[in-house]
Amino acid sequence: MTVTQPATPPTLIIRPPKGWVKLNLGELWAHRELLYFLVWRDIKVRYKQTALGAAWAVLQPVLTMLVFSVFFGRLAKIPSDGVPYPIFTFAALLPWQLFAYALNESANSLVTSQNLIKKVYFPRLAVPMSSVLAGLVDFSIAFGVLLVLMFYYRIVPTAAILLLPLFVLLAVATALSVGLWLSALNVKFRDVRHTIPFLTQFWLFATPVAYPSSLVPARWRPLLGLNPMTGVVDGFRWALFGRSGAPESIWVSAVAVVVLLIGGLMYFRRMESTFADMA
Amino acid sequence: MSDTAIRVEGLGKLFQIGTPEQYQTLRDALKERVTAPFRFMRNGGSGKASTETFWALRDVSFEVKHGEVIGIIGRNGAGKSTLLKILSRITGPTEGYVEIHGRVGSLLEVGTGFHQELSGRENIFLNGAILGMKKAEILRKFDEIVAFAEVEKFIDTPVKHYSSGMYVRLAFAVAAHLEPEILIVDEVLAVGDQRFQEKCLKKMGEVGKQGRTIFFVSHSVPSIQRLCKRVIVLDKGRVSNDGPAMEALAEYLSGDQKSTYFATPSNSKPTITMAGIEETRRTLGLTVEFHSPFQFAPVLGFVIYDPVGNPVFGTSNRLEPPAIKIPSTSSGRIEVVIPTEHFRPNRYLISLWLGDGYTDYCELPKVLQVEISGLQMDKSSQEVGSMRLPVEWNIRKIAAVTEEAVSLFKGA
Repeated sequence: MTVTQPATPPTLIIRPPKGWVKLNLGELWAHRELLYFLVWRDIKVRYKQTALGAAWAVLQPVLTMLVFSVFFGRLAKIPSDGVPYPIFTFAALLPWQLFAYALNESANSLVTSQNLIKKVYFPRLAVPMSSVLAGLVDFSIAFGVLLVLMFYYRIVPTAAILLLPLFVLLAVATALSVGLWLSALNVKFRDVRHTIPFLTQFWLFATPVAYPSSLVPARWRPLLGLNPMTGVVDGFRWALFGRSGAPESIWVSAVAVVVLLIGGLMYFRRMESTFADMA
Repeated sequence: MSDTAIRVEGLGKLFQIGTPEQYQTLRDALKERVTAPFRFMRNGGSGKASTETFWALRDVSFEVKHGEVIGIIGRNGAGKSTLLKILSRITGPTEGYVEIHGRVGSLLEVGTGFHQELSGRENIFLNGAILGMKKAEILRKFDEIVAFAEVEKFIDTPVKHYSSGMYVRLAFAVAAHLEPEILIVDEVLAVGDQRFQEKCLKKMGEVGKQGRTIFFVSHSVPSIQRLCKRVIVLDKGRVSNDGPAMEALAEYLSGDQKSTYFATPSNSKPTITMAGIEETRRTLGLTVEFHSPFQFAPVLGFVIYDPVGNPVFGTSNRLEPPAIKIPSTSSGRIEVVIPTEHFRPNRYLISLWLGDGYTDYCELPKVLQVEISGLQMDKSSQEVGSMRLPVEWNIRKIAAVTEEAVSLFKGA
């Protein structure tokens, strides 16, 4: 036996699921190596058999930035809070694409790994979680492009850039909380898969990615803050450019995410034992 | 601490049938919610008003001690897989409970989570982690796994370029090096060629000897017989037998095979409409009747199996030299006389197939059963195998070896 083996074997009771299930995050922690391997697999496989490889991680936000700059910046002349429009929108596209990718991947994750779920037990939370985390690699690559752009436009970041990881965390948490709900629902209702593209598209316009949130009348802004991605995007711009003040709606966003995340975790755990039967 | 490894009490699992798809559409659920809002809530959203239900498992109770090697056998749909899925926590039970003392490792399939694009090396780590191994553990056993799978040369090649044999060997090798206290295995031995299967069985036997508890589900009676001392027979979701392997298997095998078989003729192809076997003094008489919608030259083949399913003898009127041509016909009766003097007294199973030498039209696997009692009634347990051949013994006296000769030999 392995040396790590505990002296007394653990006792496990299996019963029909009833009422509220414990979140049991300790079990997920015990399986952290599995989580690591799943993330590592997603990253390794992502650009296999593509001619451009990891260049896609750069191309996707850059091409979107070009399209936005031409149509929203040049033609529609949308204001950009005194920052050149391309970098104004790129700073928002970074967390947005991290979020959109993580949301899409995690929502489909249980369905795409159904052969795993039907054949072996592990904490199911590892599946949507690994999909979300895998998106961080693309994000880091694209972040390099942002630094190049900032250098090009001679924008010197303020000390607030140190808070950037917090906004990344908020974006990831938002994607995970929605992803948990959708992935569990997707196992039961395959309609979910078809609604995701509309959801992300709608969500993109509800988030100040192509426009500044100052464009929204002041009395509507707290409402806008209910969308956690508003907090993330505003936070990014604030931390990088420091032109506008700290986003006041960030607290509303954070609370909204925590509520959504806990609810998502509970729903996911509740449905967990039925995934194998329905997938 | 008690020596119980697994205790199962009144375990049951209810499935819903009647829905062609396992998953519903949102529209159905919404409609149902409107028409029967309270039922929806009560069932947690999983109920369909008019679906039929069936119990895949019901009232299953048993206890397994640490170190026991248990075989689970049963026909398709008997609930074997459902039981294993509950024990390995893949799905939840509807009623009852299970108590497990110890780390569980389950192998319901080899190569779960293998990724085609990743190399053999990468898949060992990924698959190991999915099966519940720690990274340090995988690193320690890595060379052993690769050697067992015999894929040293291709370890850095993506597994999509592997032959199917290499693929299953690698997959099994990872699984075989899992070291939980309780191992749950489902028919994974049906992989690879004969030689590798043998290797797998040996490995399983070793694991069993190390004092681990093994739960082994298989259709293969010989491998269950070889590995397990105790067998649980499942039938329609219930435990129909639980006892020493030989007894439980014998009862399972005597299930529904008979000495006669009847079927209605088909309009599209030749069919065996009747088959019967009976033992006379020194022979087995096999009678087969067939009907066909068209004329064909019938070729009849049969294989005789021992009670645990190993083929003992088989032939056909095409193989048997010189080939016996039966003239073209659309119906007929074939009688075969098989001498029994070389068969050891036992129960035998017989498979039949009917064709025209190019196409097999009708296959009836293990459709008949017959007891060969032989001339002597002694079913000596000292006999080995299924054959009894009239071997010739020659014994001759040779010069005695003296002590001098031995000491001389030793000195040399």
